[in-house]
Order: sequence, then C-alpha cells, then structure tokens
Amino acid sequence: MIPVAFDYQRAVTVDEAIAALSSGDGKILAGGHSLLPAMKLRLNQPAKLVDISKIDALKGIKEEDGEIVIGAGTTHGTIASDDLIKSKLPFFATAAALIGDVQVRNHGTIGGSLAHADPAADWGALVLAADAAIITKGSSGSRRVAAVDFFQGLFTTALEDGEIITEVRIPVPAEGTKTSYQKFSQPASRFAIVGCAIMKKADGKINIAFTGVGEVPFRDSAAESAASIEAAVTAAAEGITVMSDHFASEEYRKHLAKVYLRKALEAVA
Amino acid sequence: MSIRINVTVNGVAFSHEVEPRLLLVNYLRDVLRLTGTHVGCDTSSCGACTIHVNGKATKSCTMLAVQADGCEITTIEGIAPSDDELHPLQEGFRECHGLQCGFCTPGMIMTAADILQNNPNPSEEEIRVGLEGNFCRCTGYHNIVKSVQYAAHKMKEVTV
Amino acid sequence: MSTTHGLIGKSVKRVEDRRFITGHGKYTDDIILPGQTYASFVRSPYAHAKILSVDTNAAASMPGVVAIFTGADVENVNGVPCGWQVNFKNGHHMKEPKHPLLVADKAKHVGDAIAIVIAESQAEAVDAAEAIVVEYEELPAIVDASKAVEDGAPQVHDSAPNNICFDWALGNPIEEVDAAIAASAHVTTLDFVNQRLVPNAIEPRAYNASYDQYNDKYTLYTSTQNPHLIRLLMCAFVLGIPEHRVRVVGPDVGGGFGSKIFHYTEEALLTWCTHKLRRPVKWTSTRSESFLLDAHGRDHITKADMGFDASGNITALRVKTYANLGAYLSTFASCVPSYLHGTLLQGLYTTPKINIDLVAVFTNTTAVDAYRGAGRPEATYLLERLLDLAAHEMNMDPAELRFKNFIPPFDGVTQPGYQTQVALQYDSGNYHGVLEKGLAMLGYEDFRKAQKEAANNGKLLGVGFSTYIEACGIAPSAVVGSLGARAGLYEVGHVRVQPSGKISVYTGAHSHGQGHETTFAQVVADKLGLPMEDVEIVHGDSEAVAFGMGTYGSRSLAVGGSAIIKSLEKVIEKGKKIAAHKFEANPEDVDFVEGRFVVKGTHHSAPFSDIALRAYVPHHYPAGLEPGLDFSSFYDPANFTYPFGCHIAVVEVDKETGKVQLTRFVAVDDVGNIINPMIVEGQIHGGVVQGVGQALFEGAEYDENGQLTNGSYMDYCMPRADDFPMIETASQVTPCPHNPLGVKGAGEAGCIGSTPAVVNAVIDALWSGGHKVKDIRMPLTSERVWRAMQQ
Repeated sequence: MIPVAFDYQRAVTVDEAIAALSSGDGKILAGGHSLLPAMKLRLNQPAKLVDISKIDALKGIKEEDGEIVIGAGTTHGTIASDDLIKSKLPFFATAAALIGDVQVRNHGTIGGSLAHADPAADWGALVLAADAAIITKGSSGSRRVAAVDFFQGLFTTALEDGEIITEVRIPVPAEGTKTSYQKFSQPASRFAIVGCAIMKKADGKINIAFTGVGEVPFRDSAAESAASIEAAVTAAAEGITVMSDHFASEEYRKHLAKVYLRKALEAVA
Repeated sequence: MSIRINVTVNGVAFSHEVEPRLLLVNYLRDVLRLTGTHVGCDTSSCGACTIHVNGKATKSCTMLAVQADGCEITTIEGIAPSDDELHPLQEGFRECHGLQCGFCTPGMIMTAADILQNNPNPSEEEIRVGLEGNFCRCTGYHNIVKSVQYAAHKMKEVTV
Repeated sequence: MSTTHGLIGKSVKRVEDRRFITGHGKYTDDIILPGQTYASFVRSPYAHAKILSVDTNAAASMPGVVAIFTGADVENVNGVPCGWQVNFKNGHHMKEPKHPLLVADKAKHVGDAIAIVIAESQAEAVDAAEAIVVEYEELPAIVDASKAVEDGAPQVHDSAPNNICFDWALGNPIEEVDAAIAASAHVTTLDFVNQRLVPNAIEPRAYNASYDQYNDKYTLYTSTQNPHLIRLLMCAFVLGIPEHRVRVVGPDVGGGFGSKIFHYTEEALLTWCTHKLRRPVKWTSTRSESFLLDAHGRDHITKADMGFDASGNITALRVKTYANLGAYLSTFASCVPSYLHGTLLQGLYTTPKINIDLVAVFTNTTAVDAYRGAGRPEATYLLERLLDLAAHEMNMDPAELRFKNFIPPFDGVTQPGYQTQVALQYDSGNYHGVLEKGLAMLGYEDFRKAQKEAANNGKLLGVGFSTYIEACGIAPSAVVGSLGARAGLYEVGHVRVQPSGKISVYTGAHSHGQGHETTFAQVVADKLGLPMEDVEIVHGDSEAVAFGMGTYGSRSLAVGGSAIIKSLEKVIEKGKKIAAHKFEANPEDVDFVEGRFVVKGTHHSAPFSDIALRAYVPHHYPAGLEPGLDFSSFYDPANFTYPFGCHIAVVEVDKETGKVQLTRFVAVDDVGNIINPMIVEGQIHGGVVQGVGQALFEGAEYDENGQLTNGSYMDYCMPRADDFPMIETASQVTPCPHNPLGVKGAGEAGCIGSTPAVVNAVIDALWSGGHKVKDIRMPLTSERVWRAMQQ
C-alpha cells in the first residue's frame, strides 16, 4: 500500500505551517494515524503534506486563565497519563486510554482526531460534554470555536481552508464536578459504536454528549433536561438519524446509547 | 521530490535521500534491509510492523520515513544488548513458546517492551489489553502472555 | 519406538526460535533478487462484469514500467487446476470451469485479475496499475449458495447450469434415514449457516519468480505450505514446464491455516512473466487483496435433523447442505464439503442411520477451500449443536446425552476399529475418557449450581460442550485416490548421515509455525541416541528435498514423521551390517542400543559416529556392501488418524447488550502419542482461539452485489489477546495403532472442537434466563445475541 506521490514540508512553527498551507492543496500531517491509512488506500490523495508533528508549541497540557489547555499536537497517550487531566478531567484520561492501541496512542493526537471528525471517534463526545472550545489559527488569525459549533457533518468541521487546530481549551471544572465516559467499542476497529460522555457539575446540571451514534457527535439536550435517570434514558438519542452497520443496526445502536447513558449517569450519581 | 533524512537505527547513524511517500517500514526493510519488521496489513491494525521511535512503540507502516528524521529508532534486530545475548522478552518468547510462525513476533516483542517500560508489573489483564494492537493467528495469545510475564519477572530480577 | 534417550514426550524449546525472535527469519517478501522487478494488479471492482475494453496505453509509458500483460496475453495458457475430482450423483464429472491467470472476458468476483503491471519499483507498479482504464458492463451477481441453484439466478459460468459444480450424497439410503427419523420419539432440527471465514495468516501471500535463461532454470519463492505440490501443479497442469527446470522454495512462511496450500494464479503468472522478461518478478499481496483473494473457509447453508428414541439414543441423522465454492474451483475445494465433511458425520456416536445430501455451488464470491479443520469443523459444528440443542429440548443433561450415545472405547489393536455409516473406519478411541476429564476439570456440578444462582440474580451464565472427532494424517493414497484425489498423499523422509555422524533430515512436510525443526529432530535424536544438536531438519526447498506433499490436514508428524522413521530404520539396519563387518560378527547379532551398535553377548560396541565414518571410508568392505549411510523413504499409511477430544466453554452474556464474554475454556484433547507437549499445547491454544473467533468475532459479509463489506481489519474482527482467558488444556493418550510413532495430529483439533462449544454455551446461558433460543447465527455479535433475547 503506497500513497500517491506528494510534496512534503515540515513546519517548525504554527505560522510556518499556516504559510505552507496557504499555497493550496496541502493537508496537515499531525500524528498521521487517520490520514496515512487513508492515503495508503489511495482514498485520500493530497498534493502536499505539511508536517506539524515537530511543532513543540502545539504539544503539552497546562492550566491557564481558568482553563485547561491541551495542545492540538498532544498525543492520546500523553493525555491518558497526564496528572492534571487525571485530577481535573478524569473522563478525558479514561477516553484517551480507550483510543486505538498503545502504538496509536503514542502518535495519534487530539487535534488530528478532531480535525478528521470521524463520527465514531471518541474525542467528539468529550469536548462537547466538557464545554470545550477548539482554538484554530489561519492566515487571518485565531478563532475560538465552541465544541457545539465545531462538528458540522460526517468528516466535516468548522475548520476553514488553511486553518489548523492549535488548542483545545476546557474550563477548569469546579470542585465537586463528576465525569464519566462509557464506551461500547466496535469489536474490530475499536472505534466507538456508542461513546457517552457526561459531566455533572457541582450544581447538578449535567452535560450529556454522544459519539458513534449519529453522523456527528452531539449534545443530547433532551436527555440533559430530563428530571431523572429513567427519563434521561428514555429521552436519549431520540429524534436524530442513528447510524447503522453490520455491528449495530439503528435500533440496537439507539438501545446501546440508552444503556451506556444509564451506566454513565449511574457512575456520576 | 526527495528529502534527506538522518536517523539512528539500532545505534547506527544513517543518512538517505527518500521520497516523501516512503513509509518508515519500507525504509527499514528495503533501504536498510532490516527485514525483521514485517507488514501484515494496510490499516494500522495488526502491529507486525511495530518498532520503537524515540523509545515509544510505533506502527512503522503509519509513519513516513521523512517523519523519522532526527529520530532514534530501535527494531527487533537491535533490542538485545548484543548479538550474542537476548533481551528478556526474546528469551521469554523462546522459553514460553510464545511464537509459532514467527511473523507477528518482532512486533509483539517491541510492543511488549513498551508495555513493560511503562508498567514493570503488569497483571495478565494489563498485558492482554496492552497487546490489543498486535494480532497473532498462531498462538492464541496464551503463551505470548506467559512470555511477557516471564520477561517482567526476569527484568525485575535483573534490576534488584 | 525407543525412548531410551528420553527426548520423546519432552517439552524441548524450539530450535527455530532464535532466528524469529531476533528478526532474522527469512520470509518471501524479505527476498530481493538482483534485477528485481515488482508487480501490481488491476482487479475487478465488480463481482460480476463483462470486460469491454482494457486500455493500457497511458500506463505503459509511465516511469519505471517494464511490462503490462492482460487476459488476452495469457489466453492460451491453462488455468490453475483442481486437485480433487468429485462426481455428480449421476456419475458425471464435476464442472471445472477454467480459472485463468488473468481474465479476458468476464470478471467473476471482486478482485478477479484483469492485468498485471511489472515495474522497477513497487510504487511505480502501483501508480501504473491505477492508470489502466478498464471498461466494464456490470452484471447481476449471486452470492448465496442456496439461491444460486434457482432457475433464473445469475450464471457464474456458462458451463455450470444452475451454478452447480456437483451434487453428492453419502451414507445410508435416504429412504432408510427418512423412515428412522419419522419413527423417532423426538427430532431436533436445526437450520443454520456455517459462515464464511477469511483465513488471515498474518504474513500476506508473497511470490518471487526468477528465470535463469543460461541454465534454463526457474526459481519460485512462495509463501506456501507445500512447495512440491505447487511445482507439480504449476509445471504439469498450468505452464507445461518440465519439473526439473523449476525450483520451488517455501522459505519461512508466516502462517497458513490452509490458505497457503492452494496453487494460486499469481504463482503461475509470475513464473510465466519472469520467462518473458528474463528478470525476477515479485508480488506481495496487500491485506486488502488477501481479503479478496486468499481462499476463504466454511460457508455452508445446512438443514439437519437428528432423531432420538424415547430414552435419548440417537436414531438417525439427515443432512442437507449447500456449500458455496465461490467463483472458481480452488485446489482442494471439492473435497472439503464432501469427503472431509460428510465422512465425519458419525461423530463420536453410534448413530445407526446417516445420510448427507450436498450441493456444491459457484457464486460471485472469493473461492472457498480448506481452512483450518476443513470440513471437520463444519461436521462437528452440526453434530455438537444438535446434541446440545436436543438436550435442552428433551430436558436432558448434555453430558449425559453424549455418554449415552458414545461409541464404546476401542484400541484398534486388540479390538477392531469402528466402522462408521459414512465410509471411514476409526482407528482407536476412548471418547468417554475425554468427557469425564473435561467435566472434572470444569467442576461441572459446581458450575450448574453457580449458573442457577446467577440466573436468580439476573445474570446469564452458560456452559457449552463439544465432543469432536476429526480425520487427519491425510493420506492413504489408495483411499484418497478412490475418493477422487488426483495426487497420492504419502510423505517423503530422507535421512542423510554425514561422515561425522551428524544427521541431515529432508522432509516433504513444511513448517510454517508447527515447529518441525524441533519435533522431527526430537524423534530422530531419540531414535539414534544422539543429542538434538546433531540433527538438522531441512524442508521447504524442492532442490534439497526430493519430493513431498507438504503440510495440511494435521499430517506432518503422522505421515512425514513416519517416513523419517522408515528411513531411520534403514539407517540402523545398514549400520548393523557395517558394525558386524567391523567386529566380524553376524549382522543379526548386532543390536542398536542407546546410540551404540553392540554385538550381543560381547563387549564389542561402536558408537554411531564411528559406524557413520566407516560408512563413508569403506576400506576393506565385503562384496555387496555399498558405502554410504543415506536413505529415503515414502510412507503411505494404512488409514487416516482420528484424534478426538472434549471442549467446554463457559460464557457470561450481558443481558443489556448481548455482549458475550468467554470466561473459561477447557480443552481435553487426545491426539495420540505426544512428542513435544509444549508444541502440542501451543497448537491447541491457537486452534481454540481461531475456533472461538468463528463463534464470536469473524465472518465475511457480502452484500447482494457481491461486495465484501468487511474486507479490512477495521471491519473484520480478528480475535485479540484481551478477548480471552487462559485456556485450560489437558491431554489423554490413545495411541494411533497404525503408524510407528502412535501419533494422530494436533494442528486442527483446537479449531474443530471449540466453535460449537462456545455457541452452545451462549445458547445455554440464554436458556438459563428463559430464552428458549434454537440458533443464533455466527459470529455471535452482541446485537445478534441481544436480538435473540428480545424474542
């Protein structure tokens, strides 16, 4: 499996990457774990790759201005084992550890996964439930896109041509916040058939988000506004187009969404 | 276009002009002729191509050679302390019959090395989950798990 | 068998491991020859389509392109043959449509090869292949074997009306079976699918063909299980090249599981190309291609009825099966659903009346052939599912039901073999023994208590049984010949004693994970009283090994090992003559004891190495005694061997999701005498996991257009380390009475026994929760199990 020939440019700063992209028909290469397999199968044939994996500014996790900041180039493996994440956003650590396998987690990045926007990728549910913002940067400057506005369709996001994701920013959860991520994996790929992320705030308000269920990850507002676990489960994943494949039909997937929502709600109860 | 890369593989420095589309695994196999790293699939699933890049288990079929520029790489040929010695994992695989056809073995050993590096005392469950990115069609994994347990034990003995 | 040296029965560590654990195995794709070129294929994206035109112009002028060939170029070359002839019930030969090296007129499955591009590099070959433009007219496709036989179904081959390759029946007259079923107190009926599997050896198939025009000599490196067989089929039936001009080497091979037995079109095509180009041509399958091209396994649609009398004795078995052969007849495709399946329907039971009616069918899918177990897993699945289901239906204990119906123990020596209703005669067996041992290991009574308790607490636990028998050591040439095999199935063992007394053994068997370099060396070293280091086992090279039939059907030790024993006996016999001459004794007075030739009743003795040297320094030899100590033997056994065993699975089923967790697996296998227990256990572990893979994870899914919708590891679920508990194994030993080692074969046992045990366990779990389910289609995905619970 050999990709179609392409040009390659390695960027060492974000601005260099943006400049390289502006010449058109280029794609960002971050961890490469979504892009390269597609290129090997020749499903994706970019003329140029802009490698951002060596940009240090895109890596790392810190607390800043009341937010937890995860650099877009931070690997799933780093997130899974990061102490700040484990103490403040434990469901991020849980989810990160469930992505792919050791080797994939050593290279795959949160920014790459978000930009690729696979409907069964885990991060979608997490950033939605955590009220995260996706920080992007292009030739006309930075933008802050709320997670709820980021996912626009199957493999489609609010990223504009020539833009890259630089950070994921999550408000530091208040003391007493509880989180849970519950996942039913597709047995072959181990992507999510259903991933349910929950953040229960100190005031009792609950954010509920799903990935794997529909064509985009989504916040389930009907379930969020339900008065009881039972009511939330009944309301969950209704009124959306539920995906279907040979591992999970629409009916079964919807059933799983409810089962996994219940597990998540019970975990934060 | 071609790009010059400098890499250190198993402690030896190499410099080559490569096409950007050359996968790291093909660089190792076809250019350096280190054929212990294998290709078993085209979806980053099977793990037969696992090597270490800067000390981390990496599927070399999902990395371009140009991305490895400046990196330290270890392959199965370089994991033992010397040509006449075996790494505890290599020893474990032999002692516990952790291989049959041998095709997945290099990748298994390289992944297991990463697991033990981060967790010197893995439970059976942790070993099994840790190997989720490596397929073996021969052994049923039973003896592979034992091999990793053997190595973990052996490595502890060495460090004590 | 001498065990004086104590190597037989010892878990000796494998001698081949060192090269594999250090990354120095040598697989076909590791080989790059001087002047190497690389091949890539244009393959049909349609399951069934007329090829209207193939335009290679643009591709031909692309960088690095050496040659392009299409179907038109090989029109006059034969296709790859089938090695086993099965006749229709009416006596007519089965239909054997041509399987061309490249198709010119019509593609018959997705992946059918239209053109081959050969270039200076792999990348250039792939780029150029993509530039070839093929115009197709898509035709309706047929994928389901039972629908393919209906009038009006799309026709895969014009020469096979209703897509039927052959029909076939075996056993007692159908009227007698019908009558016995009708008279039964209880009849258990099961309509089921034994789904199609993709073999998925982790090493993709690879070939490297070269031609030396100055010596008129071909060399083909191939990832095969049987190099000599490939040479025979390719030379004699496809290319018409004299065999002595062709060397076929199967170097290290990364797993086979049946899929590397067969002679594939690419082997012959690359060999044909290298002759045209005078340069080596290499092709390594991508995994995506493997999914579409490596012969698949299983794919039966079956209806079976098993009758019982009022006390639970089996009265009859009636089976109707549609076997899907795919688009072309692969090398052994015809014998798998017939002679390797129908003949095993006696199982371990005294069933007095059995009939199987089989229709073998072409469809627009990948060819189907032997896959680990080959026919025996299908037979075992059928029987063992029926047994457990019958037990549920009749409210009997499944273990008790088996004990009631087992054939009584027989050793095949003082008691005769057991003549089945379906042609075979079992060699020796103690079927009660393995089930008793399995129940004890499981702690059966305790399990049933725990299961009841769990059910009361809303948890679903289940246990499933499978007591299987298989026929392996695939051989007796006379028998297989009478059943249609176009090859003899003996094996060759050549022992060359070097002048120093070291031993080189050349075997026609081929190791691709089985550890022959160790097990065979143990046998030889033990027999000659030598250290194992003094013995080397050579295999896989037609130039080194005179002839051979290869490795499949768990035959290597039983047939190949026995051939070596025959040669060793000749070595010892000759050694005695040389020793007798040295000591001026009669050869009859010389014994061979613990590595020494000893003159009975004297203090005269000579070590093996001394006699070996004398064999090559024949000073003062008597007339008639030839120098040298070098013997070759062909061993053709008297019968198949019949390993058997008892597999028990314990599962927990998640009520909410239907997810199945295998929590225990107990395997008691009787594979006859055991040379290396470590290796035998390893074979069982691997087989069990593959069999559980069929039950829970794996299955090729085609849509109605003939597209394989899960042709990658992202969608085809392979068993992984974290899907399994440790496997609990034990052995029982009932020696094979008809081969010198008393061995039966262990390569496929795990895969044959395990599948129905797991499915039975899931069904048992569901019954424990009040869901009286008869069948769930494999693989038992969470959704399928969940749906079964909703009924």
